[in-house]
Amino acid sequence: MIVNNNNSKSNFIEEFNLKDEIYKLTTQKSIKKWDIGASSSNDISVQVDKGNPKQLKASQRNQVTVRVWNKEDRIGITSTSDLSPIGLSKALDGALLASEYGNTSETPQFSPLAKDKINEIHSAGSKGQGIQKIFEYLQEAEEKLINSHPAIESVPYNGLAETNFARMYLNSEGALRYGSNQQASIYLYAKALESGRKPRSSGSIKIANSTFDLDIQGCIEEASLKTIRHLNYEPVKTDKYLVCFMPDAFLELINAFSNIFNARSIIDGISLSNMDSLGKKIAVPQLCIHDNALNPSNIGALNFDGEGTPVSRLCLIDDGALVNLLHSEATARKFGVNPTGHAGLGAKVSVGPDWLEISKSNNNCINKLEFNSKDYLGKFILIENLNALHAGVKASQGSFSLPFDGWLVDNQEMRSIEAATVAGDIRQLLQNIQAIEDTQHVTHMGISPHIWIDNLSITGEA
Amino acid sequence: MDSLLFNPSWHTKLESLLHTGKAAGADLVEIFLENTDYSSVLAEQDSITSVNPAFGRGAGIRVFHGSHDGFVSTNDLSEKGLNIALEQALGMLGLQIPKTINSKFDGLQDFNDFAIYKNNWLSDCPSLNESSTKLLEATLLLKKKGKHLSVRRSSYSRSWQEVLVAASDGTFNRDVRLHQSIGVNALAQDGEHRASIGRRYGTSGIPEDLTQWIPEKTADEICDSTAVMLYADYVEAGQMPAVLANKFGGVIFHEACGHLLETTQIERGTSPFVDKLNSKIAHHSVTAVDEGFTEGAFGSLSMDDEGMAPQKTILIKDGILKNFLSDRAGELRTGNKRTGSGRRQSHTFAAASRMRNTYIAAGKYSPKELISSVDSGLYCKSMGGGSVGPTGQFNFSVEEGYLIENGKLTKPVKGATLIGEAQDIMPRISMCANDLDLAAGFCGSISGNINVTVGQPHIKVDSITVGGR
Repeated sequence: MIVNNNNSKSNFIEEFNLKDEIYKLTTQKSIKKWDIGASSSNDISVQVDKGNPKQLKASQRNQVTVRVWNKEDRIGITSTSDLSPIGLSKALDGALLASEYGNTSETPQFSPLAKDKINEIHSAGSKGQGIQKIFEYLQEAEEKLINSHPAIESVPYNGLAETNFARMYLNSEGALRYGSNQQASIYLYAKALESGRKPRSSGSIKIANSTFDLDIQGCIEEASLKTIRHLNYEPVKTDKYLVCFMPDAFLELINAFSNIFNARSIIDGISLSNMDSLGKKIAVPQLCIHDNALNPSNIGALNFDGEGTPVSRLCLIDDGALVNLLHSEATARKFGVNPTGHAGLGAKVSVGPDWLEISKSNNNCINKLEFNSKDYLGKFILIENLNALHAGVKASQGSFSLPFDGWLVDNQEMRSIEAATVAGDIRQLLQNIQAIEDTQHVTHMGISPHIWIDNLSITGEA
Repeated sequence: MDSLLFNPSWHTKLESLLHTGKAAGADLVEIFLENTDYSSVLAEQDSITSVNPAFGRGAGIRVFHGSHDGFVSTNDLSEKGLNIALEQALGMLGLQIPKTINSKFDGLQDFNDFAIYKNNWLSDCPSLNESSTKLLEATLLLKKKGKHLSVRRSSYSRSWQEVLVAASDGTFNRDVRLHQSIGVNALAQDGEHRASIGRRYGTSGIPEDLTQWIPEKTADEICDSTAVMLYADYVEAGQMPAVLANKFGGVIFHEACGHLLETTQIERGTSPFVDKLNSKIAHHSVTAVDEGFTEGAFGSLSMDDEGMAPQKTILIKDGILKNFLSDRAGELRTGNKRTGSGRRQSHTFAAASRMRNTYIAAGKYSPKELISSVDSGLYCKSMGGGSVGPTGQFNFSVEEGYLIENGKLTKPVKGATLIGEAQDIMPRISMCANDLDLAAGFCGSISGNINVTVGQPHIKVDSITVGGR
């Protein structure tokens, strides 16, 4: 049992004696107000190619970010991977120089919650298996996946990794947080080919607290099933369709438009929401969205953010209304609330979601129409994954036009779609949800049921 | 000069490590040492809102044995740290350091310093004051020239990197790299109408780059584009001919074809071009090149991250596939000779075959001739990003588009995504104009995010799927 709490000192922090060193250096340099965020990780990973090791990799990384406030209370920052006394000293000098350019109209301060009691994360993980063992696991997984269907000819993208990581936050007012965790992950992307047809590909990712807990068999089966289901493909006609987003796809879309509930984006004017949006209906009343880094299925979570604020479950959209925003210390101060545990560490502090929980409201449980992806007899598009979100999402405009992997389903017969895009506007989409299914599915990005939207533009063949 | 770390004095230490690795049975050992200094500045509206300096150092040690390799990265550049990393990399491949080292090792070649004239680059770069002033000038110009601009941003980043590559084949090379980029973005809003337009510029090896940049020209471009795109309708989806503008329009070749010519894809068998060397894969009007030495271009290098001087690699000549882009591992696993294309984001990544400055060569037509040859289609004036999937499907977004009707540009349209498959689209690039130009970009792939150049003249694609509404 690994216990992640504020008392479990991490090796790297002890090794470099960061706390004592930073106190000594800031005293020498007469820096009265400062904080630091430090992280360290050790990773091993393997890739295989038809039974042979392709690349075996290990890395050890350290990173420290120091922030200082100068005599005019302007903030400056510098990051470094050099944790030696010389490196830390140079980083503090760099931060002091940068503080001369600190933004006077918005200076981050210490989080008022940086010394509050913190929620413990209990993650049941076993000891790492080591590179030889994880290579053998992956070698076996590749073989099983190739043998699962005659059309699967290779697993061109694959990997198995073990990671241990630790993080620390420390400030000049005595706040001190330590956290550490570990995780293991496997991904298998198979390529299948049938004579006279185009190659098809799909895959699966699984994450667990350790390799021992990793659902490798589940990853093989899912990658095989998904790849085989895409073999029977044809083009889809360009038109407007009833669309069912599978959990992964809907979470990808909501994450891409998370500026809706991001206070930083609102202040910067790049959100689809504004300072007056709180309390307003932005989705159908059936939709609820929480952010919850502490969900037990969120593997590798830590219990405090970059500013040392404890993380906790936060309701963002309740019965279709925007009820809370993600905050750092600076944005929370502007909105007159407490920070929410979603901050990074910077001169201008970034804010972002951790792990979303999407659900159907208990209060408004009647869908506009009753759909279920398993037994619906009509015609619809089932979207498994969205691709190229970095290119096809205009987050500040609300529009998206995205390639996807999916199927045209008609009378429960599934036909994979050769190549197509789905396009729309997120604000209209949220108001046009036809059904939110009851069953939530855990993914590596969060948890969500299948979500049904009507009248979405699909571009395939003319 | 204080920032410089690598010099010939590393010879003994590195030679000893390489000898040890060879004695353990490695076919080849490569050590990549890195020393970095990074700075970025962000201006929003009329203030500097973020200054982010960073620095670091580290090593990546790669051991080849048979067709396999083991790679270890560390922040610890001490002799002990490097020895531990080497031992770990050898151990991954089942190799052990012998108690006594009796084997022969020819040693490192003479120190080859590509950075003799580059040692002052870091100190010659603009100060925080100079960069801040220039960025605020840009956001102020946007304010003066633009209409309905609710967000005005400009950013500057400077990435300085000193590298030393030593390998058991004798390679002992040092280089200094300097990349600077400037980004300017604006968001226009009028009621429900929104449009965001951005421009990015980037150079390598030009410390004074920022002082040469003319913010007024950038502000004019952005203000003109936002004014047009703010009220643009969404494009209607379908198959249609498209004319793609020069410069960043070259992202189509980068995504649709370039990645599929890297040996990292060839060795996986995920490229449709794997067995197409000397075969026709594109229209005869297409000649495409990848090279690493156009002066000042974002993807230029004096040596790649495996210590090899870059070449000019003809990828496609008159529609015929001529070469792949190869690195050490690519040469080992596919037999394609190295092209100086081994690249990585940092010491934490093993090098992989990656593009540098990649472009379609100029053709004989004028851009006007391309547009006038289309009855009904799409003109893509400005492209967003794109990507290529594991079986060759590509996609990229159009930031600023116009309908072509009866050979003329008519109304602006937004929301277009171009999708297709590489082997289908390359034969449909039927006309290339005479206005080749390059643009800076960032490319993310197996060995991290690297600086690249994309480029092309105006090109005409006879038919492409346009995703829209």
